[in-house]
Order: sequence, then structure tokens, then C-alpha cells
Amino acid sequence: MEILLVIIIGLLYAAGIYMMLRRSLVKLIIGLILLGNGANLLIFLLGKIVKGQPPIIASSEKMLGELYADPVPQALILTAIVISFGLQAFAIILVKRAYKVVKTDDLDEMNATDEDL
Amino acid sequence: MKTIIFKTASAYLLPLLLLFSIFILLRGHYLPGGGFVGGLMASIAFVIHSFANGIDKTKNIMTFHPGFLMPVGLLLALVSGALPLFFGDTFMTGLWMENAVPVIGKVGSALFFDTGVYLVVIGVTLTIIFTISEGL
Amino acid sequence: MLIAVISGFIFALVIPMIMGKLKGKSTIWVALLPFSIFGFFLSKLPILLAGDTIKASYQWVPSIGINLDFHLDGLSFLFVLLISGIGTLVFVYTSSYLKGHQYLDRFYAYLSMFMASMLGLVLSDNIYALFIFWELTSISSFFLIGFNNDNPDSRKSAITALAITGFGGLFLMAAMVGLGQITGTSQISALIPLTDSIQSHELYGWVLVFLFIAAFTKSAQFPFHFWLPGAMKAPTPVSTYLHSATMVKAGIYLLARFTPVLGNHEWWNSTLIIVGAITMTYAAIHALFRLDLKGILAYSTISALGILVFLIGLGTKDALLAAAVFILVHALYKATLFLVTGIIDHETGTRDIRQLGGLNKVMLPVGIAAILAAISNAGIPPSFGFVGKDLIYEATLGMGDIAWLLTGLAIITNAALLFAGFLAGIKPFVGKLPEKYQKLHLPSPAMYLPPMLLGILGILFGLAPGLIEGGIIKPVVQSITGGTPDFQLKLWHGFNLILALSAITIGSGIALYFLLKPSEGLLAKVTRFEKISPHTIINKIADAFVGLSRIWTKFFQNGYLRFYLITILSFLCILLAYRFFSGVELYLDTSKLSDVTFYEAVVVVIMATAIFFTVFSNSRLTAVASLGVVGYSFCMIFLFYSAPDLAMTQFSIDTLTVILFVLVLYNLPRYLVLPDNNDKIRDGLLALVFGGLISVLTLEVMNESVTKEISEYYAKNAYILGKGKNVVNVILVDFRGFDTIVEITVLAIAAIGVFGLLKLHLKSTEKE
Repeated sequence: MEILLVIIIGLLYAAGIYMMLRRSLVKLIIGLILLGNGANLLIFLLGKIVKGQPPIIASSEKMLGELYADPVPQALILTAIVISFGLQAFAIILVKRAYKVVKTDDLDEMNATDEDL
Repeated sequence: MKTIIFKTASAYLLPLLLLFSIFILLRGHYLPGGGFVGGLMASIAFVIHSFANGIDKTKNIMTFHPGFLMPVGLLLALVSGALPLFFGDTFMTGLWMENAVPVIGKVGSALFFDTGVYLVVIGVTLTIIFTISEGL
Repeated sequence: MLIAVISGFIFALVIPMIMGKLKGKSTIWVALLPFSIFGFFLSKLPILLAGDTIKASYQWVPSIGINLDFHLDGLSFLFVLLISGIGTLVFVYTSSYLKGHQYLDRFYAYLSMFMASMLGLVLSDNIYALFIFWELTSISSFFLIGFNNDNPDSRKSAITALAITGFGGLFLMAAMVGLGQITGTSQISALIPLTDSIQSHELYGWVLVFLFIAAFTKSAQFPFHFWLPGAMKAPTPVSTYLHSATMVKAGIYLLARFTPVLGNHEWWNSTLIIVGAITMTYAAIHALFRLDLKGILAYSTISALGILVFLIGLGTKDALLAAAVFILVHALYKATLFLVTGIIDHETGTRDIRQLGGLNKVMLPVGIAAILAAISNAGIPPSFGFVGKDLIYEATLGMGDIAWLLTGLAIITNAALLFAGFLAGIKPFVGKLPEKYQKLHLPSPAMYLPPMLLGILGILFGLAPGLIEGGIIKPVVQSITGGTPDFQLKLWHGFNLILALSAITIGSGIALYFLLKPSEGLLAKVTRFEKISPHTIINKIADAFVGLSRIWTKFFQNGYLRFYLITILSFLCILLAYRFFSGVELYLDTSKLSDVTFYEAVVVVIMATAIFFTVFSNSRLTAVASLGVVGYSFCMIFLFYSAPDLAMTQFSIDTLTVILFVLVLYNLPRYLVLPDNNDKIRDGLLALVFGGLISVLTLEVMNESVTKEISEYYAKNAYILGKGKNVVNVILVDFRGFDTIVEITVLAIAAIGVFGLLKLHLKSTEKE
């Protein structure tokens, strides 16, 4: 299964990069999201995936048993997911606003900072 | 999307989902759940309601702008973190009540902290979504 | 002693604050600072008279040998007195010269910063502190030269000066580090006993070269001399203080300071003699053809610095004595001439030597000061300059085989310097007073008393050299040579060869003065050689540098986002690929892997398909929907692999993201149709290579054993310390609660940003 996930990570990275290299702003954002997902999965995988052992202490115990899914990457990813939502929302609105002002979403036409757009 | 069925369903769905989100928030310390997930659930509840009835109605139900929840939540989280300072502990030390409360379990400062997170998440999500749907 | 040095820096900070409130008032009180420093150091005179030195040490960064070790010996004493004494006069002078100037406070701040750095430089006994103060003088001099910052010439000169002296500073650093490496100590006074081991060390040559470059750039030696005439764009007090009396002598100080350590070696002597001789004659001859008073003085200063380097290069006791005396002689008369030039410039508005004359009739005291300085400069008895010149000839005559060559060069230089001194000091004051200057009047005493005082000192020390012999000159010679000096400064040596040489010098100099009239034609003839001068060559190199960096920048910073990405990613790919193919053995431990169940395989296939659609769909809606599918598949994976919290969060966020996209989508532009397949293939290839490398990297990292200490700590203590059983949640709200606070703050900021972007009104220029 790890092999499959590794391939998916590679795919996500490749797709993210490819989308970011397009000239459209919308594709840029989609690429960013894909890349973020890839990174999340990467962190998740590196914490050693375990089936059916969530990091939750059984009600009769005081500690986790011998085998458990690593809680640290999970906490990291949880934070990352939520933050990336904020980031995405902001990026989407930025694109929309930029589109309204400069009337283009072609990145190649957005490379000047001056008024002579 | 403003069909009658959806409208009617959403009227019952909103309190139900809100209740569920609070349940998720409270049990977070022992079982899967917590402030982040709970907050997101609650936001989804409001968003569904606004899809069915329009944003104005949803706003009427809320009676105040969701953005208001952000400072409240932040303040709550900060205060719960700062509370131990008054007891001579360092910032963010967990404080716990002696006896467990039924259903929730033991109540401690961490719960208030999580509630702060819950409020901020609702505030942020709804501000973003409402602003966008109004701004169009 | 620390306070004496630091006070200047503190003063530089404080002065702009208090000065603002005192606009328009007299600022002469500022001179109290250098004056009290002067007084403080002068009070140490008895100690130096007794042949002792003073040391003070303050810890700074002891771990790497950087300490504020101060050492007041004869050489430092001479410089300290020059810096604070001339500093006092310059401060007084400035209060009138720049009276009412808008940025007078700033000027004083720079000036005191410079003074403090200079004091630190000459007092430092630590090679690293020496370097730091050295750089500080370069920086403050940059500010002072560029003080008239609305003048492009002035800015350019400031940059040239900074580039040259900063360049030298780097070499000083190299030299100092080299010395530290050889000896393992950073104390200059501790280096002296180690002379032999330093000079036989293989790094000695390098240290020497680096030290020379540092000294030559600072003291404007050929071929780095050209920044000094440019630096004359600075206000006159700056030229007086930095570019004749103190800063340019820092290079001389450096050479003198390291003479007992590095000197008395064939390389040391011959390099210094050659460079000094070239500089002194080259600059002296240049001075003959200048029309601008400050230009004349600048070239004569370079020439005088050349003489000093030359004398240090000779290295005999006589020569070092001559150098010690000449430092003082030159500081006295050159500062006077500069100050006088400043007065002339201030009053008449010109520095063109051809237009000036007869000013004696309107400003007699200034004229007296100037003529006294010119006499000392010319070495006419009974001035102190005469004493200095005698010593120089005595030194060159004692050089054996090449004595006559060196003496000849010295005579040519001195004659030309005499000419320059007369031109600056006498010419403007004698002859007929031009019509337009009839109405000029004497400036305030704050301006003419300082040069007057210096001019009188120049004669006084000549009449009674005993005044300074014991307290200043002897300790200087002692600290340079190391031995106890046995000499007596005398004005009159009787009729001998040296007197004859002096007479020849004075005669030929005066003859030059009457024969050679400065004119445009002569200047033009000299400027024709500019094409091959070091100045032009270095300027061309600098231009080439700017051109190259412009091309370089345009190539990489071309304004297209994807080219930046491509550059970064390609570089990363090459690095990663290189590592994989060079050192790492790829292997996969299949036994550790878990099995694939049917459901998982299905999820993975769905995910891959969704990714494919996201990328290649031409419809935005399809792309967004597929993105949603990717997200939900993530949920499933998190569910399979024991991360229920993640699954729930991912599910909610995914829903919201899709809603967000759908809300905005119809207001977003359609995809551009760009039928450029070459681009697509290139990007696709890069993306695939990068994705592949990431996969390989992941596999490799999975093989590494991960330390689980942190996880174990959380797993053990979640309930005991955090009273919670959902470890992920406990980490978020308890163990790492502080991070969570920051995180929700960031979220709130993002929301406010969205709100602001949409709700706040567009600026009028952005409106449709």
C-alpha cells in the first residue's frame, strides 16, 4: 500500500507543479491546493501508517498501547488542512480582485507593477 | 436550490447540525473531534441554511455578524491560556476541576481553549463565505 | 578610556534629538566634546613623558578573541591628540561655516561618529576591534562626503570613496585574520615579540599584501589615490578633518603600528619605498596643474601621504623619526590651508585660483594664517616644516647606494609641494584685489581663529621643538622602533649638506611659483592622460560589473512567475538527482510494507483518475469537482489509516473549499486557450521528473528509522498530564496550545483580508 501512496504523492506533486506552470491564475490556485495535499500525504506517510489503531487511549487505560498511529504528524496535518483553507480562500479572492482590476488572468500580462498595464 | 423540501429540511438541519457540532467539540478531548472539526461542522450547518433560505435569513438567525466571533474566540483562548498565571503557574498550564461533570467528563481550561478555537473557526469560515457570496 | 571613545557614538545618537529644538541658536558648544576628550588625553602626558603606556581592556566577544583592548602609547597619543585637537577646531569652524544649515545636526552626528571611530581605531590593541573601527571610519566618511546628497557628483564621489576604502577594509580583515591564524593571539602588543616567527611563516607574504592594500586604499596611495580628489566634494570641514589630518592617515597609522611586527623585511621595505616614491612624485606633479584650490590641496595631500609611506618604507631610525615629525607638520599646515580655502570659498563663492588675489586687504587675519601655513609647508626656517624637511633629507641621505636617487625624488616632490602650498596659501592673498571682492568682509572669529591657531603652532614648534620632543615625538619613535630614542630636534644644524638641499628645494619651488602660471591649457594637457589613469580603468571595470549584473538580473528576474518556478525546480531536480545517482543506494524493504486491500486499491484508482481530470479538463467546473473528489479520497485514506480526526477535518474543509470555488467560479475568467504544445511538454516533463524524484525521496526516507521520542512522550503523558484521551486533540489544545493560538490568529487575519479585499472600496484609479 505504501508504494501506491508514494506514487500518489508523486502524482500530486507533478500535477501541482504542472498546474502552477500554466499561465492561468485559476490553475495556479488549483496547483497550489494539489501541492498542499501532496505535502500532507507525505507527512502522513512518513509517520508510519498503521491500520485500525487511532491515537486514542482506551477508556480503561492511561496510556496508548504498543502499536498506535503517530499522533504528531496527525496534529501537524490537521493544522495544515485548516490553515490551507484560509490560504485558499484568500488566494481565490485575490485572484478575483486582481481579475477585476487588470481584466486578465494571464500571468504573463501581470508582470509589471506600474500603472501602464 | 431553493426548493421547498430543501428549505424545510434545512430548518430542522440547522439546530441538529449545530447540536452535533457542539457534541463533537465537547467530546474532542476523549474521542475524535475537537474545536477545529466542530467549528467547521457548525459553519457547514449555517452555509446549508443560507443556501436554502438566502444569506439574509441566516444572518437574521445569527443576529450578529459572524466576524464578531473571531475576537471573542481569540480572547477566550487567550484568557484560558493566561488563567494559570493567576495561580502561579506558567502560561497554558492545564487547570482541571476536581470532579467530573456528567456527559462531558472533567472540565478544564483546555476545554475553554478548544471552545475559543471553535468560535474562531466558525467566525473565519462564515466571514469568508458570506463576504464572497455577498460580494458577487 | 572606553568612555572617551564611546562618548562620540552616544553623542552622534543624541545630537539630532536635542539639536532640533535649538534651531538657529549658536552651536559652538558642540565643540566641548572633542575639547574635553583632548583635555582628557593631554592629562596623560606625564605618563608618556615617563616612557610608560596605558592599557585598558573591556570584554566584548571573548570567545573569538574580540575585545575592546585599548592601548595608549606614543603613536596612539600623537594620533589621539591630532584627532581630538583638530576635531575641536573643526567643530568650532563648522558652527560658523554651516551656520543655519538645515541638516547641521546630522552633520555633527556624522562628525562625532567619525571622531569616535577614529579614536577607537588608533587606540585599539585588538586586531579585530581595529578592523571594526576601521570600517566605521569608512562608513562615516561615506556619509560626510555625500553630505550634500542632492548633488549627483557628491553622491558619486561618496560611493567611489566607500567602494575603494571598503574594498581595502576587506583586505584588512583578511590580513588580521591571517595574523590571528599565524600567532593565535589577537593583541597587537602581544604580536611584537613574535616578529621572527611571523616573518618566517608561509602566510607572511599574504598578510603583507593584504595589509598593504588596506593601507594604500585608505591613505590614497597609487594606484588607489583617485578617490581622494573626488572626496573633496564634501564640505570643507570634512576635507580638513578626514582627508588631510586624520582619516587618510589611518593607513599610515596602520603601517607604523605594524612596523615593529612586520617591518624590517626586504619585501616590506622595497614595496613601501616604491609605492611611496611613485605616489609622492606623481601626485606632486599633478598638483602643479590644478586650478581648483581644493584640487591642489588634495593632490598635495596625496603626495604628502606618499612621503610618509616612503619614509616608513625606508625603515631606518632617522626615517621613522622624520615620519613622526612629518605627520604632525603636515597635519598642522594642511588643516590650516584647507580651513583657509573653506573661508575663501565661503566668502567669495569660488575656488578657482585664477580669479583670486589680493584678499589680504579684506581679510588680513585669514591671510596671516595662510601665509604661516605656506611657510611651514615650504620648509622655510624658522617653521616646524623646516625641521621636518631636514629630517627627511637626513633619512634619504643615509640610504647608501640609492641615496641620491631617493634624495632627488624627495627634492622634486618637496619643490612641487612648496609650489602647491604657495598657490593655496599665498596667491589668493597677494596682488591686486579684483573689483567684485571689494565689499567682502572678515568672517566670524569662529572661522578664522582655528586656522590661525594651527598656523601659529606650526611656527612655534619650529622655534622651540623641545615643546613636543619629549611628550610626543620620542614616545612615537619609541613605539614604532621599539628602542629608546636618542636624538634631539633642532631647528638649526649649522651649514651642511642638508641645509644646501633645503635651499635648493626652496629656491626651485619659488622659481616654479613665479614661472608656472596655472591655466586651462595646462590642465587640459594633463587631463589627456586621464584615459590611461587608474581612475578611468577602475571606473570601466565598475561599469562592466554593473552591465553584467543588469544582464544577469534581466535573465533571472524576467517577471514571468513560471520561469522563476522552472529555474528553482530544475535546480532542485538536478541537486536531488545528483545525490541519488552519486552516493545513495536505493533499496526497498518490502517486508515492512502493509498489504493492499481491495477498497484501498479502489480509492487510489479513483484518486489518480480525479487528479488526471483536475489537470486535463478544459472545464473549470469539472476541475473543481475532481479536486473535491481528490479531497474526499483523502478522507478515506485517513480513515483507513487510523486518523479519524483528520478524516473529519478533511471532509469539512473539502466541502467548504468546493462551495467556495463554486461561489466564485462564475466570476472567474475561463481558462485561456493557449495552443502552445511545446510549453506543455516542457512543463509536463519537468513536473513528472520532479514528482518522480519526490516519490523516490519518500521511499528512501521511509527506510530511515524515525525517532519516536516525541510521539512516545505525548502518548505516555496525554492522559497523565493533559487529562485527555484523544492524543491529537491534547497535542493541539494543550501541549502545543501556543501554536494553536497563533494558528487561529492567522486564520482570523486571512478572513479579515478576504473581507477587506471584497468590501472595502476600490481606489479611484482602480475603478472602472
